Amino acid sequence: MAETATARKARPPLLRDVRFLRVLGQAAFVVALVLVLREIFLNLQFGLERQGLDLEFEFLRQRAGFGIKEGISYNPNQSYIRAIQVGIVNTIRAAGVGIVLASVLGLVMGVARLSPNWLVRKLAQVYVEIFRNTPLAVQIFFWYFGVVLLLPAIEGGVSLWDVGFISNRGAAIPWPRSREGAGTWLLFLLAGILAAWVVRRWRTRVSDRTGRPHHRFLWAAGTFLAFGVFGYVVAGTPIGVDIPEATGRGYEGGFELSPEFAALLIGLVVYTGAFIAEIIRGSILAVEKGQKEAAEALGMAPRQQLRFVVLPQAMRIAIPPLNSQYLNLTKNSSLAVLIAYPDLLFVSRTIANQAGRATQVLLIAMGTYLTLSLIISFFMNLINRAVTRKGARR
Amino acid sequence: MRRGFAGKVGVLVAVLAVVAAGCTREQPGGDEGAQEARSLLAVVQDRGTLRCGVNETVPGFGFATEAGTIEGFDIDFCKAIAAAVLGDPEAHELVPISADERFNALRSGQYDVLVRNTTWTSSRDGAEGVAFAHVNFYDGQGMMVRKGAFRAVKDMDKTTVCVTAGTTTELNLADYAQLLDIKIEQLTFETNDEILEAFKAKRCDGWTSDRSQLAGLKFQFESQTGPLVILDDIMSKEPLAPAVLDGDSDWYDAVNWTVNGIILAEELGVTSENVQDEAANPSNPQIGNLLGAPTEEGAPFDPGLGLEPDFMVGVLTAVGNYGEIFERHVGKDGLGLERGLNALWRDGGLQYAPPFR
Repeated sequence: MAETATARKARPPLLRDVRFLRVLGQAAFVVALVLVLREIFLNLQFGLERQGLDLEFEFLRQRAGFGIKEGISYNPNQSYIRAIQVGIVNTIRAAGVGIVLASVLGLVMGVARLSPNWLVRKLAQVYVEIFRNTPLAVQIFFWYFGVVLLLPAIEGGVSLWDVGFISNRGAAIPWPRSREGAGTWLLFLLAGILAAWVVRRWRTRVSDRTGRPHHRFLWAAGTFLAFGVFGYVVAGTPIGVDIPEATGRGYEGGFELSPEFAALLIGLVVYTGAFIAEIIRGSILAVEKGQKEAAEALGMAPRQQLRFVVLPQAMRIAIPPLNSQYLNLTKNSSLAVLIAYPDLLFVSRTIANQAGRATQVLLIAMGTYLTLSLIISFFMNLINRAVTRKGARR
Repeated sequence: MRRGFAGKVGVLVAVLAVVAAGCTREQPGGDEGAQEARSLLAVVQDRGTLRCGVNETVPGFGFATEAGTIEGFDIDFCKAIAAAVLGDPEAHELVPISADERFNALRSGQYDVLVRNTTWTSSRDGAEGVAFAHVNFYDGQGMMVRKGAFRAVKDMDKTTVCVTAGTTTELNLADYAQLLDIKIEQLTFETNDEILEAFKAKRCDGWTSDRSQLAGLKFQFESQTGPLVILDDIMSKEPLAPAVLDGDSDWYDAVNWTVNGIILAEELGVTSENVQDEAANPSNPQIGNLLGAPTEEGAPFDPGLGLEPDFMVGVLTAVGNYGEIFERHVGKDGLGLERGLNALWRDGGLQYAPPFR
């Protein structure tokens, strides 16, 4: 004690004082950071000036002039702004569908990796190791040039009973199309959902009172179905079916899946699915063994143990790392540029080249990806909070 | 004590900031001065090698051979500029670049001149900040299809056409489809290699590009894709020219007059064969001016371009005149294209060079 007191009094020289050095280090870092940022900005300004370029965004109103092969309605006479919108929607389409499918695939594979069945376990492991350990760009090239484009050409395309088609020009399947009366039917469906919810609560109460099995899902589904069928008849067949037609060089009508979108989607889903599988596996293993044993002691079947005890707790652990996988998937969707799927980056690069304003267009692209990522994080944080709170309620 | 300590840190930070800011403020200014004072012409001559941005995927114009070298019409112009500026056609370095990146790379100084079948347009002169030399190839956009599939572009309603990213071709295709009132789905890839794969798989019905490029691609890849034809439609004007950065007229002049000289040489009948004889003993004063041959008084004609007066002798010895370059790569001995628009003006074409005087 006495020693520390004397040490405090006799301060070391400034340059050997830890406290001073810490503050100095931080101050130097801040200064360096500011200088680097300033240098980057000055360089940009200087470079643009030297090349006679500006940082204005007015050019975005000019006519785009190039074609975009898929996405929301667009024609070359519209502006660059519209072209960017088409790109954004295409990115969201790939990322959105990709996130859902990758989650499903990852969940299945993650559970399979813990399966007591040797074959299932090993197959899941092989899947994870192959797709987690090869570059995504290579995989996307492979899916596109090595798989999708090697489907039969359109002349020899596969026809599914003349209502669906598959070839390397894409796939087309029949798709519902709303006709007159669809609005009325939609109202019936909404009423059906409401009624099903009421019925479900009623059956739960009956079951609580009498102790007999509730079968509440059956009851609710039946109610909904009854409303649906009745409404369909009342509204006079409001839904038609749009059957695709082969026009020789492509397909028209129905729901179309382009080869480029398909290859990108497969690539993103299979790659991200492998990472999600590992997250799921890790999260399940992280749930205390005692939880499973307790469920077993209550007489739950293995499936019930997983469904009611293990997975809900594993989900809580899995959500933060899942979030970063979703973000990765969204950002990786920009590899679409390799295989001619017109996503945001693809369109941005075309505009950058045609309009000669790379800086502005790429700034827009970066801003958009940032916004998308923040939105995803926001929703994942909401889910995270919901799950955590439910767990905390004892 | 504590306050004194914080104060010291504060002073230190302030001093550091001022010193560092002072250092950096001078740098951009200094750079700028140097940039303006020195033309690329001097920079290239000091460096001793010329760097050309080229294409390595278009047979006839710039194509990587099995031996690992890149050969073609555009490559010969790179050699010619090296011969003119440095006196040695081999003192060049070829930088293969995609259509998409070519202007950014030129602006960032990855190469000195872009000789890569680049169409001269107003927005490239303007917004892209480049300057085009004399057109070395007059081209037009065409459409290549599998033999027997279509007779003209107007029959190609509801088809898919492959095109390279970042080209004027992309824009012309959309315009032409609108003109004909047909719908064409445009599948855009980065390079010709990817288009070839998609075309082989019959993912696209047509392949659109400059007609000269299509001729080269047809020549090179027909064995892989089966018989091909280039349709008669000419969808656009595509004047292809070497390009340099805006605002450096010394360098621009050197590149421009090399191209002019090559065209003029054909008009005057100077070839790689007779250039040495003509230089020693010009058959007329115009040839004397072109080759910078010594006059009776002793001093040769020097246009003052910052090049040796006899720079065209080296150029013509290395690659020959316009007609020779054309026939070697894209004409009789190459792809088999007709001279067409690229014939000399007196033969009904558009190639016309201003005089050396």
